[in-house]
Amino acid sequence: MYQYDEYDQRLVDERVEQFRDQVRRRLSGELSEDEFKPLRLMNGLYLQLHAYMLRVAIPYGTLSSAQMRTLATLARRWDRGYGHFTTRQNIQYNWPKLEDVPDMLAELAKVGMHAIQTSGNCIRNVTADHFAGVARDEIEDPRIWAEIIRQWSTLHPEFSFLPRKFKIAITGSPNDRAAVKVHDIGLRMLRNADGDVGFEVIVGGGQGRTPFIGETIRAFLPKQHLLSYLEAILRVYNQYGRRDNSFKARIKILVNALGAAEFARQVEAEWAHLRDGALTLPAAEVDRIAAQFAPPVLPPVAEPIPAFDMARLTDPAFGRWARTNLFAHKVPGYASVLISLKPVGGVPGDATADQMDALADLADRYSQGEIRVTHGQNLVLPSVGKAHLPDLWQQLTALGLAEANIGLVSDIIACPGLDYCALANARSIPIAQRISQRFADIGRQHDIGELQLKISGCINACGHHHVGHIGILGVDKKGEEFYQITLGGKAEEDAALGKIVGPAFSYDAVVDAVETIVDTYLVERRSGERFIDTYRRTGLAPFRARLYGETIDAAA
Amino acid sequence: MPHRILTANHLRDGGVVFLAADGGWVRSPEAATIAACADDERGLSTIAATAVADQTVVGPYLVDVTVTDGRPVPVRARERIRVSGPTVPADFRADAASA
Repeated sequence: MYQYDEYDQRLVDERVEQFRDQVRRRLSGELSEDEFKPLRLMNGLYLQLHAYMLRVAIPYGTLSSAQMRTLATLARRWDRGYGHFTTRQNIQYNWPKLEDVPDMLAELAKVGMHAIQTSGNCIRNVTADHFAGVARDEIEDPRIWAEIIRQWSTLHPEFSFLPRKFKIAITGSPNDRAAVKVHDIGLRMLRNADGDVGFEVIVGGGQGRTPFIGETIRAFLPKQHLLSYLEAILRVYNQYGRRDNSFKARIKILVNALGAAEFARQVEAEWAHLRDGALTLPAAEVDRIAAQFAPPVLPPVAEPIPAFDMARLTDPAFGRWARTNLFAHKVPGYASVLISLKPVGGVPGDATADQMDALADLADRYSQGEIRVTHGQNLVLPSVGKAHLPDLWQQLTALGLAEANIGLVSDIIACPGLDYCALANARSIPIAQRISQRFADIGRQHDIGELQLKISGCINACGHHHVGHIGILGVDKKGEEFYQITLGGKAEEDAALGKIVGPAFSYDAVVDAVETIVDTYLVERRSGERFIDTYRRTGLAPFRARLYGETIDAAA
Repeated sequence: MPHRILTANHLRDGGVVFLAADGGWVRSPEAATIAACADDERGLSTIAATAVADQTVVGPYLVDVTVTDGRPVPVRARERIRVSGPTVPADFRADAASA
């Protein structure tokens, strides 16, 4: 894992002291709220519906066990004993007091963590494949490049006041697990005809009010040019992105207005000035950073592994968990373990301080002290010997963290919604809870199979509803909560935006509607079809017919 | 015109507060002073501006309420949830934590 050098550490330590002084001046009245607000936002501190909220960055979703224990300490000492892992691989604390936040940031700085650039119109925390460095299908570890982008973008003076926030995601695998096509910039590592590894550069994706699938503006970018090319993109956006209307200020609007080809032309023209200049990455520096992401030394273990297979075959509960919660590791005899933060009736992405500490212990015992955070609001122990999986599963079960539902209908992404968020129009969490309770029978969930359900409490789409196989969007109708359902969204390499199925449902009716959609799929599906396959074959028609009957034409 | 109460967030802890009849800020909406006319609202807004300047509260605004048995109940779902805390789970509700 990447270790801070003296420059990284000094930057973070200085920022803590700067913010401590800013909070002191705010509390003494030297700073007004108008003066203080941009300063607190630069340090991830929001004022939400009920309280302040502190958003802490987890760069590219990688945590050490020591860092996880610090996250637990923050939850226990300064919050209400829990934290919320988000769709951007961050963690949010919902109840900090303003005067405590400098101490929270100081505690984070001790383990190389911070809340810098988790808010504001700057380049945000760079997200990456949660199986980076261990996935069997990976070309290269994307975290090396995410870390290089982090260093380049941190406090970058030219890009601290962009027209709007800016999100970069990176995958090192052809199978996209970082949703790169719905980010401002998506980077996909690939090998060209000569065998060289570089990046496909995708821009202008995004969700929110005006969703777009990103467009490829460069099919292959050699690695040493990564930063100069990113800088060229950001310069074009910084100059021409709209500042007159915050709803139209994201890069996706600019790319769509110009057309991808014209945007690419402008980027290439800008890049002509930057290429082969100071931002060209020296091989020695790349190697220095790459060395810090050296894979753990894992002696290969010949498969099959009797202890694992025996448990899988004799214990149906373990067998189910092994089917959904394990991912293929690049070293034979190991697996990446997905830890579901979606228990039946639970809050998606929430973990208690005790669970965080226990997971840190399990990471030390079974996974070289490393933990990952997924954009699906789950956690990962990246490298576990398969012979240890039955033991690990027993311990996760005792912690309430062994739900065998990864990728199934109850593995729901949900934003904080109106239970916490000042922007929300409707609640997300109780909808997720009620859906997971409705489908509580795990055997039924496994029968339904892969189904991504994503819920946002407002059009800003933090819950990724546009790319859910079933997407649910909370809307406000005359002060009451209603829910619009979309079908057919997808976040991976074949990304698609969902289509609205029909008129919105009330808070009380939306769970029945979801069940009707799932039942329709079960009737319509052909052998081997996942929900998304059936939808792509049938379109909306059978779902609309079952949901609305003959009233649809009049209602729509 | 609808009845209204004045709400804000407390500067130090961020908690939801309401303006009471004695000019103080309280955690319970039941103790909030209810504005029934434009003059009342102007009065509340003046007090709010002072409280913002004094570093007591942040972001004051008026909330539409219906008055039942003398108690104000916000009209919009958003404000009802803001008053009572997250609807799930009960352990994290504002009243539970401050108890």
